[in-house]
Amino acid sequence: MSTIGYESWAVDLADVGPVYPFQGSEVLMVVIGVVFWLGWHLIQFQREKAHLEKARKMGDTEQIERALERY
Amino acid sequence: MDGNLNALTTIFTEFYYWVTVVFMFLIHVGFCMYEVGASRRRNHMHTLMKNIMIIPLVTVTFFFFGWWIYWAFPNFYIFGGTIDWESGAANTPWSPNMGTNLDDRITGVFWAAFLLFSWTAASIVSGSVIERIRSSALWVHAVLIGSVLWVIDAAWGWHYAGWMVKYLGYHDAYASGVIHAIAGGYALGVIMVLGPRIGKFASDGTPRDIPPHNPWLLTIGIFLIYTGFWGFYAACNVPLISPEAIGGQITGVTWTATNIYLAPTSLSAITFNFLMSLSGGLMAAYLVSKGDAFWTFSGGLAGVITASAGNDLYHPLQAMIVAAIGVVIVYNLHGWVERKFKLDDAVGAVAVHGYAGVVGLILAGFILWGAPSSPFEGYATINPLGQTIGAVIMFLVLGFLPGWGVAKIQSMFGVLRIPEEVELQGLDFADHDTYEAAKADIIEADKAHLAAKARA
Repeated sequence: MSTIGYESWAVDLADVGPVYPFQGSEVLMVVIGVVFWLGWHLIQFQREKAHLEKARKMGDTEQIERALERY
Repeated sequence: MDGNLNALTTIFTEFYYWVTVVFMFLIHVGFCMYEVGASRRRNHMHTLMKNIMIIPLVTVTFFFFGWWIYWAFPNFYIFGGTIDWESGAANTPWSPNMGTNLDDRITGVFWAAFLLFSWTAASIVSGSVIERIRSSALWVHAVLIGSVLWVIDAAWGWHYAGWMVKYLGYHDAYASGVIHAIAGGYALGVIMVLGPRIGKFASDGTPRDIPPHNPWLLTIGIFLIYTGFWGFYAACNVPLISPEAIGGQITGVTWTATNIYLAPTSLSAITFNFLMSLSGGLMAAYLVSKGDAFWTFSGGLAGVITASAGNDLYHPLQAMIVAAIGVVIVYNLHGWVERKFKLDDAVGAVAVHGYAGVVGLILAGFILWGAPSSPFEGYATINPLGQTIGAVIMFLVLGFLPGWGVAKIQSMFGVLRIPEEVELQGLDFADHDTYEAAKADIIEADKAHLAAKARA
């Protein structure tokens, strides 16, 4: 048994196509990938929103002036 | 891959595109350095992160759907065309060609070469919006421009079977329009909604210069972009192909390099023209900006971008002159638009990429008037009207309008721009605060340890 469909390389390479593991499950892998991508955006969006809300109340005038002076 | 010649050609082509990808990575490094150098200290970590995360987000989405769009959309709903499901099938994310496959040694490197163009398109937009856009908002734009919109324009006007090439005679060998005009137009749409940075304009409307916090970083950044551009040019070519494999009207058995339309050119030609257009751009920008360092360097880039549409066929001196003309127009247009519409394009991306791309397309229509756009029979020849319509499609239809529309929606929901307080204190303020606290804490701990040791 081999996850890539070959247990040895005693083959004519002209007959060999894909060699990645779990061939046949490509659609499932794409679904997992898309969920990961969209989930990332969702988590990042919520975190940035919360961060900006917190950050707008952080600095006092003196601190902000120092930040502006630093350029 | 049977037969020595076939094997050699396949491996050479695979390696050729791989090298171009490595070179093109420098474009993104250059953009990152340029943006960070141009931003003020209180923003530079967020500015850097905003651009770095374009890499993974555009990469995965280009894998999911961008690459498929390129192959399926060349005639999508134009003049009765439909989605080309057959060509698209081998380029879906679930196709066996999109993975480790000993029967296909080209798709991965060809995909990557296109992907690096996608990063560039998104990165161009990223530069113009620094210091006030939310990262989450920019990353939506990055996916749209990098994995959808520029890919549609590439399918239409940068594909040997694209409808714009067939019917308009559209010619854009090194992407004046398909990358630069669209990205510049998109950036213009976004900054129009986003608004300028605080303090950019005086109360009487006069624009203020916001100097870069690190001029050297900008300089090295733009030089890296020049370097990566070599790879970009090479990646736009097919390095070696026989007339038989092209299957068009070329007779005889002489193998050649071709542009993306499979029409003949050579690496020698594009090397001449890259360097001469870079030089024409630098010289014109130096004169027109009265020696301003950053406009001079950017002018070199704008010069190459202006000449790029026709750099597969131009004479080197034509490339130089076209670049110089483009830079003079671009420089003056940038200043006029900034003053007239109060637009804050932080790195001049709309001008250097957008305006230069449009000017380059139109000039190519005149200079290459009547030249074949394709080696295949029945295609329109290159002409000024086709190039002008092409420029409008790139800059306005696929660039400006979607950028403006999506930014408008984001603005309506209050998720486009950072709060004013955060813009003033700087995006990195919270990180600086954490950094300072961590620093004070560890210094205190070390001092306590030292004191304890002294007592012992």
